[in-house]
Amino acid sequence: MTAHAAVAAPGTRLKKLLRRHDDHAGTPRLSPGWTFVAWLATLAFFAPVAWMVLTSFHQEADAATNPPSLLAPLTYDQYKLLFSRDITPFLLNSAMASVISTLLVLALAVPTAYALSIKPVRKWTDVMFFFLSTKFLPAIAALLPVYLIVKDAGMLDNVWTLIVLYTAMNLPIAVWMMRSFLAEVPKEILEAAEVDGAGLPTVLLRIVAPVAMPGLAATSLICFIFSWNEFMFAVNLTATQASTAPVFLVGFITSEGLFLARLCAAATLVSLPVLIAGFAAQDKLVRGLSLGAVK
Amino acid sequence: MTTLTAPPETAPPPSRPRTSNRVSRWKRRIPLLPALVFTIAVTQLPFVATLVISTFQWNILKPGDRHFVGLSNFEFVFTDERLRNAVLNTVVLTASVVLISVVLGLGLAMLLDRRFVGRGLARTMLIAPFLVMPVAAALLWKHAIYNPDYGLLNGTLNAVYRLFGASNGPTIDWVSSYPMPAVVASLVWQWTPFMMLILLAGLQAQPGDVLEAAKVDGASAMATFRHITLPHLRQYIELGVLLGTIYVVQTFDAVYTITQGGPGSQTTNLPYEIYLTMFRKYEYGQAAAAGVVVVLGSIVIATFALRTIASLFREEVSR
Repeated sequence: MTAHAAVAAPGTRLKKLLRRHDDHAGTPRLSPGWTFVAWLATLAFFAPVAWMVLTSFHQEADAATNPPSLLAPLTYDQYKLLFSRDITPFLLNSAMASVISTLLVLALAVPTAYALSIKPVRKWTDVMFFFLSTKFLPAIAALLPVYLIVKDAGMLDNVWTLIVLYTAMNLPIAVWMMRSFLAEVPKEILEAAEVDGAGLPTVLLRIVAPVAMPGLAATSLICFIFSWNEFMFAVNLTATQASTAPVFLVGFITSEGLFLARLCAAATLVSLPVLIAGFAAQDKLVRGLSLGAVK
Repeated sequence: MTTLTAPPETAPPPSRPRTSNRVSRWKRRIPLLPALVFTIAVTQLPFVATLVISTFQWNILKPGDRHFVGLSNFEFVFTDERLRNAVLNTVVLTASVVLISVVLGLGLAMLLDRRFVGRGLARTMLIAPFLVMPVAAALLWKHAIYNPDYGLLNGTLNAVYRLFGASNGPTIDWVSSYPMPAVVASLVWQWTPFMMLILLAGLQAQPGDVLEAAKVDGASAMATFRHITLPHLRQYIELGVLLGTIYVVQTFDAVYTITQGGPGSQTTNLPYEIYLTMFRKYEYGQAAAAGVVVVLGSIVIATFALRTIASLFREEVSR
């Protein structure tokens, strides 16, 4: 009896795990044929990622074979090599640019979202759409004046330049996302607190924060993803001191010729933070990408 | 400023209505001022500068020769063959990437809207391409997939050929033979998950009772899709197309990495052409004029995008 239960337990846990995303039980099931198609498509889309990760653990000789050698012995060598080739400063620049810009974005966006939802200014929708419209202007058109200004200010090849640009780039997204989360704070409770004479800090800490916290986390992950991945400003405004991870990737190819396994290791390594952040924010990803328009 | 009725909870005392009203209004505005000022300074002023530069003849290789030329840079932009080619490439690239990824994304979203074994895992795996750093993805496609000697594509072909007894598969240099499709395919791979996520959210927002009713009334799956699901999805498809267009029009990483705009200028899109004008030809005036044209083009797309977002937004606010 107990032995039987022990055997059954892992199975049920697996089933539970697989069912976790089935939010409503009334959802119709796929037929076995379509399930096969769904998995085939999933594997096809995932194959390049799997190939990248697998190759990153191969030796160069095994990476450059035709047909590809799937079962070659695995090794950490490529990763060791990357760190001996000084990928670290680039990763640190990327981390600094994305983390600080994300914090700045939150510092600017949260009060803004407050003034657009909880105590809205007049014509608050106009303000919302002003922020959004800046997101629609192509960054390339700003590159020239930004380059000239930054050069005049002696701020070329400086991480803080990227921080300012990334803050501006992500601010509209954060304002829209945070507003959509703050709008979920129940109005009745806010009014009740006001009637009871609760001060602003109490209202923020006790009522707004608990509702807004998941939104804050999701917003910061989205901002982090976009800054971490940014390439155009990074490659054109930095040279040696302030270059970020994507610049390392491009420079790495031209300076070393082609080493496929090492390239895959570098690509995996620089994508890892975003993959983790993205999987963590999975449920909120679509809300961030659609600027809060889709939940 | 137009005077509207003040918000009820801050109703002013009758003695000094105007000042108190103004104070309370400014109190509400203060929290958003830093963000507003910052955004205007960092995003709007550069565009003013672009506009000004676009009216100058300015090449840093000819330092003494910087002067006002009116609209002649725009004349150049609209008549230059390279730029016209870049506009065409941008349209082809953006349209194919967005359309193909919407269609694939819709297919995947419809599959993922149903229950099947490992649905959560499949969804997580499908998001992965969107999360790989764009530069890393471009390098991965260029070297690990398209490489003629040991890329995955030729490698797989080779393995299949050998399986059927042929000695060796073809050696196709994908990037040189099919430069535009090569760039498009890598971008479709990255953008399909984005479309899938938006469309899946749309499908899951579909009222279940309507679908139930259609089923009870004996509507076929095809008819239900055409007459209920597709109309419901319309605004989500629009949103995906418009947001996708705004992002893909700006594609720089993939072109820079996979083809460098080549061979010749077969894959040079506007952002890459502007970059070349700026940092290879040093023609600042022309680059600025091309930038202004790109902004005007984006405003047209953005107007539609804003309208769609506004309609989704009004629905949410009125709820």
